[in-house]
Order: sequence, then C-alpha cells, then structure tokens
Amino acid sequence: MGSAYAKAVVDGILTGGVYALMAAGLTLIFGVMDIINIAQGIMVILGAYLSYSLSVHFGMDLFATLIITIPALFVVGVAVEWFFMRRLADRDRTAMSILVTYAVAILIEGGITQVYGVSYLQLHASYVDTSVHIFGFYLPYIYLYGFALAIVLLGALYAVLYLTRFGQSLRAALQDRRAAELIGIDVDRVRTITFGIGIAVTAAGGMVFGATNSFNPNSGYDLISRLLTIVILGGLGSIGGALVAALFMLVLEDVVAVAWSPVWSTLVFFAVLVVVLTVRPEGLFGRAATRAQ
Amino acid sequence: MIPSRTALGVLGGLVALAILVGFPLAFSNPTTTTIAFFVLIFMIATTAWNAFSGLSGYIALGHAVFFGSGAYALAIGAEKLHLSGGWSVFALVPVSGVVAGVIAVPFGLVALRTRRHTFVVITIAIFFIFQLLAFNLGITGGSSGLQTPTPLWTAVGYNQRFYYVAAAILVLTVAMACGIRYSRFGLQLLAIRDDEDRARGLGVRTRRVKLLAFVASAIPTGMAGGVYAYFLGQIFPQFAFDPLFDISIALMAFFGGLGTLTGPLLGALVLESLQQEFTLNFSAGSLYLIVYGALFLVVILLLPRGVVPTLSSLAPRVREQIRRRAEVPPPPDQARDVA
Repeated sequence: MGSAYAKAVVDGILTGGVYALMAAGLTLIFGVMDIINIAQGIMVILGAYLSYSLSVHFGMDLFATLIITIPALFVVGVAVEWFFMRRLADRDRTAMSILVTYAVAILIEGGITQVYGVSYLQLHASYVDTSVHIFGFYLPYIYLYGFALAIVLLGALYAVLYLTRFGQSLRAALQDRRAAELIGIDVDRVRTITFGIGIAVTAAGGMVFGATNSFNPNSGYDLISRLLTIVILGGLGSIGGALVAALFMLVLEDVVAVAWSPVWSTLVFFAVLVVVLTVRPEGLFGRAATRAQ
Repeated sequence: MIPSRTALGVLGGLVALAILVGFPLAFSNPTTTTIAFFVLIFMIATTAWNAFSGLSGYIALGHAVFFGSGAYALAIGAEKLHLSGGWSVFALVPVSGVVAGVIAVPFGLVALRTRRHTFVVITIAIFFIFQLLAFNLGITGGSSGLQTPTPLWTAVGYNQRFYYVAAAILVLTVAMACGIRYSRFGLQLLAIRDDEDRARGLGVRTRRVKLLAFVASAIPTGMAGGVYAYFLGQIFPQFAFDPLFDISIALMAFFGGLGTLTGPLLGALVLESLQQEFTLNFSAGSLYLIVYGALFLVVILLLPRGVVPTLSSLAPRVREQIRRRAEVPPPPDQARDVA
C-alpha cells in the first residue's frame, strides 16, 4: 500500500511537470495579452497528432519530431494571433478572446477529425513501452524523459524571459503595456511572438501527453479544463505559480485516485479550484488585484 | 409616415409569433419539425443565457449544468412518479425549471464572487463537476443514462406537440428577457457590465442583482433541458452535460449580437438549423465543426459586434434615406407664403 502512494506521488510530480509546461504557455499568453486561449488544449492534441504522423510515417524518434513540431506550432500560434487576436477590440478583450479561441479550437478539432478520425491513438517508442524499476514499482521511461524535457524547456523559457532583450520587452509589456510602448517597445510584435511561444510549448507537452495517455480529437476539452484550473490556481500570468499548482494538483489527483477511486479524483481536481476561489478569488499565488480593470 | 421603433418592434413580434405558431402547420414533414424543435430549444437557452451574460457581461460557460439538471429532473421525476407518457410528463417541465433554478443559487453564490476570466473558468470547472456527478451517481443511471417515458402518440402530430410546448416556453422566455432588458433591473445589469465598482458605488446591490439574473437565466434553460430529454426518450451524461452546449449558446448569442433581444433568436435559428442540416446530410460531424468554427471567425472579423447591432447601426442611415424620398416638396403657393 505504501508503494502505491509512493507511486502516486512520483507519478503526480512527473506528469505535473509536463502539465506545468503546457500551462506555462497559457499563463504567459494571458499575462502579456489578457487573452485566455481555450485552444491551448486542442493545440496539445494537435502536437500529439503531428508527432504521431512523423513517427509512424517517417520513422522518426518521438523526441526528434519536436524539431519539426515545435516550430510548426510556433507558426500556428503566430498565424492565429495575426489573423484573429490582434483584431479584438481592447474592450471585452478577455471575454471575446475566449469565444474566438474556442472557435479556433473547434476548427482545429474538426480538421484533426477529418484527417485522423475519432479513434484513440497513442504514441509508441521503445522507452514508452519499457519501464524502469524504482522505489519498488515500475515506471515507463517516458515519464522520466518527459519530465526532464519539461524542466529543460521551462528552464529555457525562464532564460528567454530573464536573460534576453526580448524577455525584457515581454516582461515590460506584461507589467504595463502603455509604459512599454512609451519607451519604444513594439508591443504588437512582442504579443505575436509571445503567442507563438505559448503555443509552441504545447508541441512538447503534446508529445509527452500522447506517449503517456491515449488521445482522440475530443481530448482537448479535458485538457483545457485542467490547464485552466492550474493557471487560475497558480495566479494568471505567473509561470512559477503554474509550476507549483500543476505539481500540487497532479499529485493530489493521483493520491486521491489511490486513496479513494480514480473516478472521484477528477472531481477533487475541480472541487479544489472552486473551494480555493471561494476563499481567495485571486488564486493561490495571484497578485491581489491581478489586472483589475 | 414612418412607424416608430416601438411600433415596428410590436409588429415584428406579432409577425414572429404568427410564424412560430404557423410553421408546423405549413411544414409538417417530421424532419423539418424535428429541426424546428431543436432550433426552439436553442432559442430558449440562448435567450436565457443572454439575459444574464449578455446584459451583465459575465460570460458563463456552465449553462449546460442547468440544461442537464433539467433533463435529469424530468427523467428521474417521471420514473419516480411512474408516469407512462403523454401530456402528464410535460407537467414535470416546470419542475425541471425549478430544479435548475435551485442549483443556480449555490452555483451563483460561489462563481459570482469572481470576475471576468476567473468567473469563466470557475463556471467551466463547476460544469465538469456536474458532468462527473452525472456519470457516477446512482440516481442518474451512470453512463448508461436514463429512459424517459415514450408517449403513445401517433406519428401525425407527434413532433408538433413538443414543438408547441417548446414554443410556449420560448414565448415566456422572450417575455422575461424583454422584461429584464427594459426594467430598472436590466439597467442595473448593464451598469454592472460597464463598470461594476462604480455601479456598486451608485447603490446597485450588485451581488443580489447578479445572482437574481443568474437564477432567472437558469430556469428556462432547465425547462428546455426537460423538454429535450422527453423528446429524445433517453439521456446520457455526455449529451445532457455537453461542453459544446456551453459554447454553442454563447456563440449563438454572440453571432446575433450580445445583449440584444433578437440577436440570440437569430443566432440560434441560423447556427442550429445549420448544424442540423449538416448532421442530416453529412455523416461526419467534423465537417460541421470546421464550417461552424470558420463561420464564427468570419463573423468576428467582418461583424465584430454581431449581426443585429451591426445591422441596426445601419438602420438610421436607411431610415434617413426613406424619409428623404418620402418627403413631398411643398406646393408652390405654400412655399410663397412662408417666404
């Protein structure tokens, strides 16, 4: 029994890291643009399907597919921002962005269904199907590799944010759009690239998700509701908050699944959000008046 | 003479009512009446949703909770009362509305503490909680769903009965939405949409107003869910609590024009009949998803405020032209008198 709990905690931490990466894109987009990207979930699934095609048809290694899928999703993100997001009026921006990105999500879901159908798929590789024996239980290698990938990419994201000139502009735009414009930052360009980066990380998240779960075009809904819960709990706009919230929620979910039943663990996931927001409407790590406009 | 706006509105309402009543008499083909029934269900839900979200600016993406609860309330009620079908089951439709309204109270108390994006996300989270409950509670029959009684009506006029019940609920819902829109209550909601803190500073009891509007919009949605469940004959958790329902009614209201009275009706009419057409003619639902998403994006790019507000902003110009043309130049002798 003890090992079941240990497995739950380890599982939760490892998958939590991957969720943190996907949520980081979502929270970054929100922080800079005031946009809630409902399409984030289906973008993850799109990334998984792209990796699937590349690995099945071209025999590419799953991690090698990222060399293609990450830039591909970056381009998708830039295109979505270019065509739709920048046309949203500043008034009602958040509300409108939810509807527009939902429409984008529906469009992509329809496209994926046309190409791949609705049956469940899963990504396969030698390290997906073999396990390592640690702490008295077996764990597929992909969980470890996926976690490592997520940490590396989150680290890269941090490096971009804090060590580059673009990151400086991005943080400036995040803090105060008008002031950033006044000192000569091209905020529109920053937003477009931010949206691209926020979507690009889903390619990596999607590959790991697709290797650890079976997925179909419908899986985007479940994912986006989890990701939204994580970013709201972590405080919108905070990558560190998203990381902590993702680890906390995924560990909690896995532990509840062991202690009680997997059926109710998902319910606990959402119930935590409702309870936390009842007590602290700004989220666990949110700034008190997060963009109270 | 140019009729006033109100007169035009009343006239339009009467014409719409006549079409609503006459439609199934003119087109009795069961396929057509089935589509018409679904359109009415979405008209009710979209109008009800708009009465809260469109006016207050709080975009709720959890109204499927009310729709599904209404559907299950009718199914469970009919089972417990051993109703065998026929008109008596329709008597449970108000119960569906009440159940949805009662659920809306705690739902609203929790969700309405938050604003904007957080509100949206919390409604989605609560929606998923309800969907999970429907899948896992004993009373809902789990994933195998519940049967509703089968009415022993002949095929002739079978759909019409459901149609007219839905039509009656629609008329009541539109009347309610109209009442809210043109009352002090509606103005308070609009004030909340424009600036909630200022509205509160000016003495609007924002919490109470928001909660009341939330409950008011839940009740017709629940009734629509009840009729829907009876019409289908059985319900499953994934169809009663459908995330696409949440977004569909928002898209429909938005398509027609958020916060307007006719917008949600137009949106539901266009988008739901389009969806039904697609479902009937193309077995793959995915094509429909593509068309639906693309159509919506095109509307946003071309008519960012929705169809009705865009058209009505054109109306004054058109009226001005009509007035100019209608104006008869004064007879020459009168013109001389003035001079």
